[in-house]
Amino acid sequence: MPEKNEIKKVLEIKNLTVRFDVDGEVVRAVNNVNLSLNAGQTLGLVGETGAGKTTTALAALRLVPDPPGIIESGEIIINDKNIMDLPVQKMQKIRGDEISMIFQDPMTSLDPVQTVGDQIAESFLLHLDISRQEAVEKAKDMLETVGIPRERANEYPHQFSGGMRQRVVIAIALACNPSILIADEPTTALDVTIQAQVLELMKDLKAQYNMAMIMITHDLGIIAEVCDDVAVMYAGRIVEQGTLKDVFNHTRHPYTEGLFNSLPNINCRVEELTPIPGQMPDPTNLPKGCAFAPRCRYATEACKEKQPEEHWISDTHMVACTAYEQEGFHIERGDR
Amino acid sequence: MNQNTVSSSESVTKKYKKRSQFAEIWRRFKQNKGAMVGLFVVFVIIFIAVFADVLFDYDTQVTAMDIANRMKEPCMEHLFGTDEMGRDIFIRVLYGSRASLSVGAMATLIGLIVGMTLGCIAGYFGGAIEDVIMRATDICGSIPHILMGIAIVSALGVSTMNLILALGFTSISSFVRITRAAVLTVRNQEYVEAGRAIGQSEAKIIFSHILPNCLSPIIVQVTLRIASAIVAASSLSFLGLGVKPPSPEWGALLSAGRTYVRTKPYMTLFPGLAIMVTVLAFNLVGDGLRDALDPKLRK
Amino acid sequence: MADTLLRVEHLNKYFSTPKGTLHAVDDVSFTLERGKTLGIVGESGCGKSTLGRTILRLIEPTSGSVFFEGIDVARLGRTQLRKARKDMQIIFQDPFSSVDPRKTIFETISESITTQHLIQSREKIEERVLELMDTVGLSERLINTYPHELDGGRRQRIGIARALAMDPKFIVCDEPVSALDVSIQAQILNLLRKLQKEKGITYMFITHDLAVVHHLADEIAVMYLGRIVEKAPSEELFKNPLHPYTKALLSAIPIPEIIENRKRIILRGEITSPIDPPNECRFAKRCEFCTEECRRKEPELIEVTPGHFVACCEVRKGH
Repeated sequence: MPEKNEIKKVLEIKNLTVRFDVDGEVVRAVNNVNLSLNAGQTLGLVGETGAGKTTTALAALRLVPDPPGIIESGEIIINDKNIMDLPVQKMQKIRGDEISMIFQDPMTSLDPVQTVGDQIAESFLLHLDISRQEAVEKAKDMLETVGIPRERANEYPHQFSGGMRQRVVIAIALACNPSILIADEPTTALDVTIQAQVLELMKDLKAQYNMAMIMITHDLGIIAEVCDDVAVMYAGRIVEQGTLKDVFNHTRHPYTEGLFNSLPNINCRVEELTPIPGQMPDPTNLPKGCAFAPRCRYATEACKEKQPEEHWISDTHMVACTAYEQEGFHIERGDR
Repeated sequence: MNQNTVSSSESVTKKYKKRSQFAEIWRRFKQNKGAMVGLFVVFVIIFIAVFADVLFDYDTQVTAMDIANRMKEPCMEHLFGTDEMGRDIFIRVLYGSRASLSVGAMATLIGLIVGMTLGCIAGYFGGAIEDVIMRATDICGSIPHILMGIAIVSALGVSTMNLILALGFTSISSFVRITRAAVLTVRNQEYVEAGRAIGQSEAKIIFSHILPNCLSPIIVQVTLRIASAIVAASSLSFLGLGVKPPSPEWGALLSAGRTYVRTKPYMTLFPGLAIMVTVLAFNLVGDGLRDALDPKLRK
Repeated sequence: MADTLLRVEHLNKYFSTPKGTLHAVDDVSFTLERGKTLGIVGESGCGKSTLGRTILRLIEPTSGSVFFEGIDVARLGRTQLRKARKDMQIIFQDPFSSVDPRKTIFETISESITTQHLIQSREKIEERVLELMDTVGLSERLINTYPHELDGGRRQRIGIARALAMDPKFIVCDEPVSALDVSIQAQILNLLRKLQKEKGITYMFITHDLAVVHHLADEIAVMYLGRIVEKAPSEELFKNPLHPYTKALLSAIPIPEIIENRKRIILRGEITSPIDPPNECRFAKRCEFCTEECRRKEPELIEVTPGHFVACCEVRKGH
């Protein structure tokens, strides 16, 4: 596997496999995922519902609910520390200090009976050795950083609009200046104009705090806007990975191609979209071979028989597709 | 459209079997051991209650006095001992299930029918009618049930029928509340709006969309209410306001044994146990049903 | 003149809340031609869903008229209205709450047919249900399944089949794809388009997703806090947006392409409350071109070029 030594890796996920035992059935949520995140970079994790994006992120914070979730195998290395066998207390310290996460629904991640100022201050008190007074002051500074007037620190979450709430959540996540921020669909619940504001803010803060970020989303448009690298997930596996240019302009995986074709293009109106036929496979009953094979227009017998291997097209660009073992195989979507 | 397949197979709806919802619920219910035990006990009690007449002769075994054998401690011949008139307590407890169970079930049925209707009206139509129903329910609900029962029975006279009426009346309020709450959540679902959009009448919407989707909490409530009605019936009988002696009823048996509780504790122990086991069994079934019917688990 | 199917005139829907009167739909007028698609775009709380439901009279309008083939739906009696519903249907957003969880696919679809007494015999109904399932792409073996056994895309197809069952002339599509994954979303959009071509159905397509509406609609109306602020043919609106809000909206769409130095308009300022809104342009507080005049009264929807309407005092003056 190609390595770049000059850039520091802040997060590495190696061979991560997570399953859920529900009602006597085994849900294979994440299967052998490898990811790495460089300092100051933004990695986009894209995929549809049930692709295992959120589970991967939760595993990185060791927050997979157990039971029913079980991390079968894998290593997670944050700033050169393997966190898989850390005691719970150390882990709590790492969450917030080094890695933080924000969720889709800002209302459920805020406590409705505490003022937003107190909630941000809480996070300072947990991680820094400072007085309550100082923490509250710092919380107010933080509110200003995310674009909310400091006077509003004494208000409750329900007094804020959706976009404002998400800003508060971001303030809490960034309070202790973590080196990694995982954002799980942070703008899905917001309107487009508000989404634009929040994305802008996140981009600014990322630069300001020199953070690395994982942006989980189903929206390729958001990926194009904020990410440096992209990983495409399908049925718990990463099927294509590379720089933004690699994935968007030199698409290689049939599933990624399918995603692009499914989207209505705002610049070029077509009569008919080209959807991916069929549905996602049942995660309790994944096919033996490539999980995408049943929906794939290029699928051959070999695809149905064996798990695809990683093919490295360049130093940065990986595609997991068996079809590339044939000489001269290429998908229809051309390079741009 | 492939016309031939339709006409060749006589009916496609018959060809593909429904996966019965009942089977799904039963499958989940079975996983709950406590609930299964409860269900078994409930069945046994119902069986005894239904066939009490076949098993025992009312005149000779249940009510006939046998002075020679009075106040006997439990033994092989009289498993639970005998009472002050020499009647076998085992047989009287078993026979008593008939009164307790039927009072519990009938009272709950009254509460269910009246409560569900009112709750449905309040939840679906809202507005002033809802306010009237709910305030009336609040008032009824705020009077202690046992006090209300005593008041009603004393006003109407002591009889089993009046006991049922009194207990039925007191259980109305909980059914109104539960039904209204369920209707309120279902009422705003889009499928109800879809029913309206295709031109269904209000009555049709209520009976075909709203009620079937409200049933789960109501069914659970029924099992729990039966249990508490049995307790309430026993309490009233204990106070002499329920089933009249010499008919055996658990509360009445307790009351009869009360005088001897220091010297002959078994006389109160066994009827008391009967009440406890029955109530526990119904509650276990209720809890099991709640889990099995919970729509959050179904998906 | 073209064949008008739907004409909405000065439609209002106000809700009274403890805080005051909420203007959910405020003085909305438009016409819709047969076989065309009108897209209604706006952000959450702008009244687009209420507008759709008020037109179908699933919500009673406060005032105004809805002429459907010349008949004012807003003034129909109960029984007439139920008959009229045959021609006007709705497809809902949430595939999880829009189908009754206690009914099989057959029961849900056949309900539409039996309610309007379209077909009597059981065999004929079954035949029709199968035909509808085939049309929307549900395989025949699913006929007796319950919704909880199906995924979102299939459930949405049930909702479409139910709406199609009585051969409606007009369907309000209320965010029919926003709860679905992109690959499934494209399947449903293609299906809706195919149905329109085959059956000549007229759509009112409500969405917050501009890319989707651009793909499907012939004409687009942009709503902001209960009012239509701009209305134009689809291509025209995207090429030449006039209202500052439309411009901001268009610039905010995330586009799945690498575009260097994309300029976007980031809106600042607070959103005006829809409860007892003041008599001024409702977008004024967030508008960078706001002047004294905008604060004086609410601008009316004016036709600036043929077919292109906008409600903004500054645009009218030629900005």
